[in-house]
Order: sequence, then structure tokens, then C-alpha cells
Amino acid sequence: MSLVNDTVEFGGEARARSAHPQPSIASVGDYVELMKPRVMSLVVFTALVGLMIAPGHVHPVIGFTALLCIAVGAGSAGVLNMWYDADIDAVMSRTAGRPIPRGRIAPGEAAGFGFTLAAFATVTMGLLVSWLAAALLAFTIFFYVAVYTIWLKRATPQNIVIGGAAGALPPVIGWAAATGGLALEPCLLFLIVFLWTPPHFWALSLLRADDYARAGVPMLPVVAGPRATRRQILIYSALLIPAGALPWLLGYAGVLYGATALVLGALMVGFAWHLRAAGEGARAEPAARRLFAFSILYLFVLFAVLLVEHGLGGLVSRVAAV
Amino acid sequence: MRAYGDAMDDKPERIVLTEEQQRSRRARSIAIALVLAALVILFYIVTLVKGPAVLVRPL
Repeated sequence: MSLVNDTVEFGGEARARSAHPQPSIASVGDYVELMKPRVMSLVVFTALVGLMIAPGHVHPVIGFTALLCIAVGAGSAGVLNMWYDADIDAVMSRTAGRPIPRGRIAPGEAAGFGFTLAAFATVTMGLLVSWLAAALLAFTIFFYVAVYTIWLKRATPQNIVIGGAAGALPPVIGWAAATGGLALEPCLLFLIVFLWTPPHFWALSLLRADDYARAGVPMLPVVAGPRATRRQILIYSALLIPAGALPWLLGYAGVLYGATALVLGALMVGFAWHLRAAGEGARAEPAARRLFAFSILYLFVLFAVLLVEHGLGGLVSRVAAV
Repeated sequence: MRAYGDAMDDKPERIVLTEEQQRSRRARSIAIALVLAALVILFYIVTLVKGPAVLVRPL
């Protein structure tokens, strides 16, 4: 018979024993879930683009190590976010099934896991790749956890605008890992992801406004209302058109990228316009869902074209050299 | 004050894990071992790739 059953059966002794922490039943999958693997995949992809478009040659092993550190660093930020936000996660339907609210992982275990991952990712990046990349990675984790999660998220409707800087930094880290320095080009990628974050996240928060209101999180739809949120989404989507085209306009990318950026940007504005026109009616929810889904496609395709163009350019130059 | 004999009679507090707890602990232990082994291999390979430059870490 297990202790768990004993504690139920024996009154006073049971209370004394229940002061001990219960042995964990968390699976490896629970810990992986804490690291927000879907967010991690987009972070790794944008970092890969920053790494690949950087000038010079990066040894594949060093490149892989850099991406691994960025992935683990992003994972640590996700873990620490879930640790701190466990109270609000528990009252939101979208997040109530996460490992901490479900009781699969104790908050202390999650905190220990998160801080350990953050330390390992940062130190490994510094020792094996570049200390500048390590410093940027540490800053990104700090910004996401301390500035966004702990401070801004519960304080202002501009939380995801400012906090979006954390999600926009991975291409810059990738570039720094490849070159050991910084330049304007990765900063343009930062700008694109930074401006992309509000329409992407606000489309989701329009769908979950009740959840956020119940949890007391001052997301824009809760504080300013859906109408103001839709207007802000349209403004940020419109800003994405010139921002997305900047790498082409400044000569860092080719015509294929430029055309893609303009077409995708126009489509993004189209979806945002459609959402605004949908108003409060039955068409509002599908319109928000479409914009949310398209925003993921937008970022993926835009960065993929940059990667393909760079890969083709590298291939052409190698063939020309032969 | 308790007599020495009383202390000897006390059963040591032991936590008996359920099967599920044992299974999950084993899985976590294996995962940690694999991650540590991968980290050792990674550091070894990077040392080979960088050669003597592994000790040069410019900003």
C-alpha cells in the first residue's frame, strides 16, 4: 500500500506526513509541454534565418549548437512563464490543461527546471559559440520572463507590444552567433517580427477575451474593447507592409523576397480589414481565426523566402566560382 | 524527554512510490541521462571542430 493511501487512513500521522512533498508523477512529456514546443519551433526557425543570411561561413556543428541553445533558451522562458502564470492559467480554458494547473508538475519543480535550462543554454552558447549571442539570449529570457510575464502582462494592454521584443530577438541572436557582431539587417528582421506580434496575438485575444477578463489580464480587447483592438490590428498590419519590404528596399534581399513581402503584407491588411468590417456579428470570430492562422503563414513564408533566396544566391555564387 | 528505547521503536518515515510514480521517475532519470550524454558528446565534437580555437572566445 502506498503512502498516499496511508495518509488518507491515519488521521494525525497522516497530517504530519502530508507535510512532505508528494513524489512527482510528471512524465517527460509534461516537461516538454512546459517548454512550449510550438512557440519554440517558430523561434528556432526565425533564428535559423538570422544565422543563415549572415555573411561568412558557419560550421554546421557550431550553427546546430547555436540553434540548440536558442531552442533551450526559448524553452526555459516558456517554462518560467508557465511557472509564474500558473494562477491565471488555471482560470483560463485555453491554458487550464497545462502541467502546473493540472497538478502534474509542482510550481517549485517548474521553476528549478526553467532556471536550470536558462543557465545551461546561456553558458553553453557563450562557451561554444559567442558571448555576444549568449548575452542576447540571456537578455531575451530576462525580458520575456521579468519584463513581459512578471511586469507588463498584468499591468498594461500594451503588454504584448513591448513584450513582443523578446519574440523578435531570435533572428538577431542567430546573426550574432554566426558573425560575433551585429548589423542593420538582423535589426530589420527584429522590426518585422516586432510589428507582426500585435496583430497575431490580438487576433487570438479577441477570441479569448472572456478568458482574459476572468483571469484579470488587461489584454487590449478587455480594456479597450474589440472595436479598438480591430483598429489597432489594422494599423499594425498596415505598418507591416513597408517594414516587411525594407530588406528588399535597402538591398539586403532580392526581387522574389520584395514581391513576396508586398503580396503577403497586402493579404495581411486584407484579413485585418475584413476583421474590422466584420464588427461584432457572427462573422467576427471566423475573421479573427483567419487572421490568426494567416499571420503564422505570413511570418513563415516571408522568412522561408529569405532563406531560399539566400540559399539560391549562395548556390549561384558557388557555381560561378567553379 | 524520550527514552532511547522509544526512539528505537519509531518506524522510519518512508515514502513508498506507486507504480505510476516509479515509472515516471525512471523515465525522467533516463531522459536526464540521455541529455547529459548528449551534452558531453556535443562539447567533445565542438572541441574537435574548433581545435585549439576552442579556448579563444572573442565577444
